[in-house]
Amino acid sequence: MRVRRIKAMVVKEVLQVWRDPRSLIIALLLPFTQMFLFGYGINLDLKHLPICTFDREGSQFSQDLLKRFQASLYFAIAENVKTYPQLAAAIDRGDCQAGIVIPPDFSERLNDTGSTSVQAILDGTDDNTANIALGYAATVVTGYSNDVRISALARQGRALQQVLPLAVQSRVWFNEDLESRNFIVPGLVAVILALVGAQLTALTISREWERGTMELLVSTPVTSTEVMVGKLIPYLVLGWLDAAFCLIVAALWFDVPFRGTFATLFLTTTLFLIVVLGIGYLFSVLIHSQIGASQIALVATLLPAMLLSGYVFPIDQMPAFIQKVTYLIYARYYVTIIKAIFLKGAGIADLLAPILFLAIYALAVVALAARAFRKRLA
Amino acid sequence: MNAARESIVTADGLTKRFAEVAAVDGLSFSVNHGEIFGLVGPDGAGKTTTMRMLAGVLRPDGGGIVIDGVDVVADPESGKPHLSYMPQRFGLYEELTVDENIRFYADLFEVAQDVREERASRLLAASGMSQFRGRRAGQLSGGMKQKLGLTCALVHTPQILLLDEPTTGVDPVSRREFWGILYGLREEGVTILITTAYLDEAERCNRLALLHNGHLLYCDTPAALKQRMSGAVVAITSSAGRAAHAAIADLAGVSNVILVGSGVHAVVDDAASRIPALRDALQRGNVVFDDIAVTAPSIEDVFVALLEDERRPR
Ligand SMILES: Nc1ncnc2c1ncn2[C@@H]1O[C@H](COP(=O)(O)OP(=O)(O)O)[C@@H](O)[C@H]1O
Ligand SMILES: [Mg+2]
Repeated sequence: MRVRRIKAMVVKEVLQVWRDPRSLIIALLLPFTQMFLFGYGINLDLKHLPICTFDREGSQFSQDLLKRFQASLYFAIAENVKTYPQLAAAIDRGDCQAGIVIPPDFSERLNDTGSTSVQAILDGTDDNTANIALGYAATVVTGYSNDVRISALARQGRALQQVLPLAVQSRVWFNEDLESRNFIVPGLVAVILALVGAQLTALTISREWERGTMELLVSTPVTSTEVMVGKLIPYLVLGWLDAAFCLIVAALWFDVPFRGTFATLFLTTTLFLIVVLGIGYLFSVLIHSQIGASQIALVATLLPAMLLSGYVFPIDQMPAFIQKVTYLIYARYYVTIIKAIFLKGAGIADLLAPILFLAIYALAVVALAARAFRKRLA
Repeated sequence: MNAARESIVTADGLTKRFAEVAAVDGLSFSVNHGEIFGLVGPDGAGKTTTMRMLAGVLRPDGGGIVIDGVDVVADPESGKPHLSYMPQRFGLYEELTVDENIRFYADLFEVAQDVREERASRLLAASGMSQFRGRRAGQLSGGMKQKLGLTCALVHTPQILLLDEPTTGVDPVSRREFWGILYGLREEGVTILITTAYLDEAERCNRLALLHNGHLLYCDTPAALKQRMSGAVVAITSSAGRAAHAAIADLAGVSNVILVGSGVHAVVDDAASRIPALRDALQRGNVVFDDIAVTAPSIEDVFVALLEDERRPR
């Protein structure tokens, strides 16, 4: 590898992109539109879900619990009903999407055993909403029952630490506001970088073929590794800019809490960019037309990154076979990493496994791309 | 150069096929050190394919190429530092300026900066391009693009220069400048392989290889090739070339009639007996002509005759 030839490739590529700015437009406009489109467009949060309440006990305790439902951001009480048929009718009419039924022995059991049950009747036609509503309802009830137990125990004078069921709130530990946006936006950064990165390099080799500059290039002593390195460096810089832009929007515009370090973020993002740029380069080498390479790269990067990376759709809820397939989806590792950096403040030591996978991926893609580019025509 | 006459490029049984077509079919020739060697032949003869294989950008299906003692089929990269290839299609970057293209090319060949400056200035001055150094390559005329291509090809002082139709579509003045540069390079000891569609340019080469359907028909000096032609060439000077062509094409003993600038040239088996017959035929056809006489064959006459012999079953 000669530094001088790599530098010549870099300068040439930068001048070409700067003076024919179609790739620049992809690099700068796409992340901008995608961040806002998806950042706002996808929102899995339930806010003020209309519910009906059916209080079969009518005690102080049951009314306290229902007040908590009312006070919670997730629910709004649309109606108080007196019978099951009324409840069913309200759900059928669409006045409410869930019913909360408090059993007649609610306060009795609460006092006796410290554990109670509440019946939630859900509109199963929207499976996803029903599941989330159930989760939120459980959170509200658990919160209430804890408070009741704590105050009961406090009355008996026992120390709180001894008795608090510590595991109860773990599912919302890193995302206390239960904002689905906090989960989605960091993953969205991964999806956008996977898409844009591959698009950037997908054009670079096919452009040489289309413009007829390849024939002269391969007749010079430049090596295929020099061509690849020279062509990846400018796009890595563009990729860093895109990543910085997306991450800043995530943290400052969408208010996703950032608890990690910049060093971890920089290292893992660079690794991920090398993978996505390498993938685009590989398509560019294999497909000689710019349109073809760009479209194949679009389909091959966007769909897996959207569907199988765990960015919105949780991997552990996928069928077992699909779960295995997701190990091949490089975006999956970066989604895991970036969520952990943002929400948990994870460092490199916490992320060794996904970093290792990404590093192996990066090496494999770069080695493949360097080999795929043959210095000859046809 | 005392190494002259020593062969520097050798093709031996070179073969390349594209699906059904044998673009180059068992081609053998050798090029001497320091000569201008022309590859000529009709479109589709296999000139570009041959050049690509010599340049190491296309792998032959069979046969060997030895450049300066090195087998470049086995190791295509080993030949590249010593040669420069100018493809038929303009191969430089249209978004880059003249200077930026030269610099890119010089960097790939690792030419020292002062050498690059000196050579670029001299070559651009020789081809009248000095004032266009800041212009984008995409905005140059066809002739200027070719001269830029040549400048880039020469900036690293190659031993061997491969030029594929460098003057096609170039105006006559630029063509003359171009050949001036090539003669200068030959003086410096550079070996030049050139393909051309202009047969007057073929005459300027030291030796020529005539290609047809991927085969080598003849390979010799222009003068020796003219000797090979049987019969004589009769030049008919006329402003009605087409009518003259029609009037004499089917006469006995006339094998080839081609249109030239001044009228037509006819190849005849025996000039003394055929000139009166030609004269009669033209008068019968009411073709006005100024003169009819034996002339020295041009290389174009020779090629048309030789190709015609090849196509016609004997
Ligand atoms: N890349 C290619 N794919 C298929 N056929 C080709 C290719 N290149 C050349 N040919 C065919 O090979 C023959 C020789 O072409 P070429 O070498 O370009 O001839 P020339 O330069 O003498 O006009 C032609 O029949 C041409 O159609
Ligand atoms: Mg050609």
